Amino acid sequence: MTKLLLLGPAREAAGVSHDVVDGNTVGVVLEGAVKRYGTDFERILAVSQIWLNGNAADPLDQVGPDDEVAVLPPISGG
Amino acid sequence: MVGSVNLASNLDWVYVSASPLSSDELTKWATRPNCGAVVTFCGTVRNSSTTGHEITSLEYETSTELAEGRLLEVVGEARSRWPELGAIAVHHRVGSVELGDTTVVVAVSSAHRLEAFEAAKYLIDTVKISVPMWKREVWEGGSAWSEETHSIVSVQQQ
Repeated sequence: MTKLLLLGPAREAAGVSHDVVDGNTVGVVLEGAVKRYGTDFERILAVSQIWLNGNAADPLDQVGPDDEVAVLPPISGG
Repeated sequence: MVGSVNLASNLDWVYVSASPLSSDELTKWATRPNCGAVVTFCGTVRNSSTTGHEITSLEYETSTELAEGRLLEVVGEARSRWPELGAIAVHHRVGSVELGDTTVVVAVSSAHRLEAFEAAKYLIDTVKISVPMWKREVWEGGSAWSEETHSIVSVQQQ
């Protein structure tokens, strides 16, 4: 189980900002998220950056219960 | 105002705020005895829109932890590029911000004005492209995510 943080349009498509998803790598966690949230979320995920504990992540990065995977769609700040 | 101050030096202050920002407060905070220049930049809500509507407010969303972490990285990069800087403060709003109100404030001090101007420009330009922050444009009868988007870039890329 790994913590999932969804922001902006990713949060809106998923319907939640925080969740917990099974998986031992970033990629597996995100596959689980797509199954749970559907195609709108998958479309946004495709253009998003993925961070693990505040840093850019690779799909093969190992994750555990204390880790947080964040989905960050393109930004529009300032 | 409580924020993520670098207490070791008392020279860096980043903050993601749900309440109104005060450029006066940041300007005063950045004013130091060894600095003859303070440059303060304010970003404000304008009425024109990427979606063609007359904007009445913007709604900002982020993770405070991720945003403040990245703001500290931006400040650190500014210090490496302009080592002579005095104090640096960068505050950004979250939540609903009304037309004309301030969404972001950058205040930088230095002994002389050139470094303060250059660093202030770097800071706001880099905040806009490297800090995780999303905004919804709100108008009479509707709202939508801003269409003026780009992928997050690292603070060194600017």
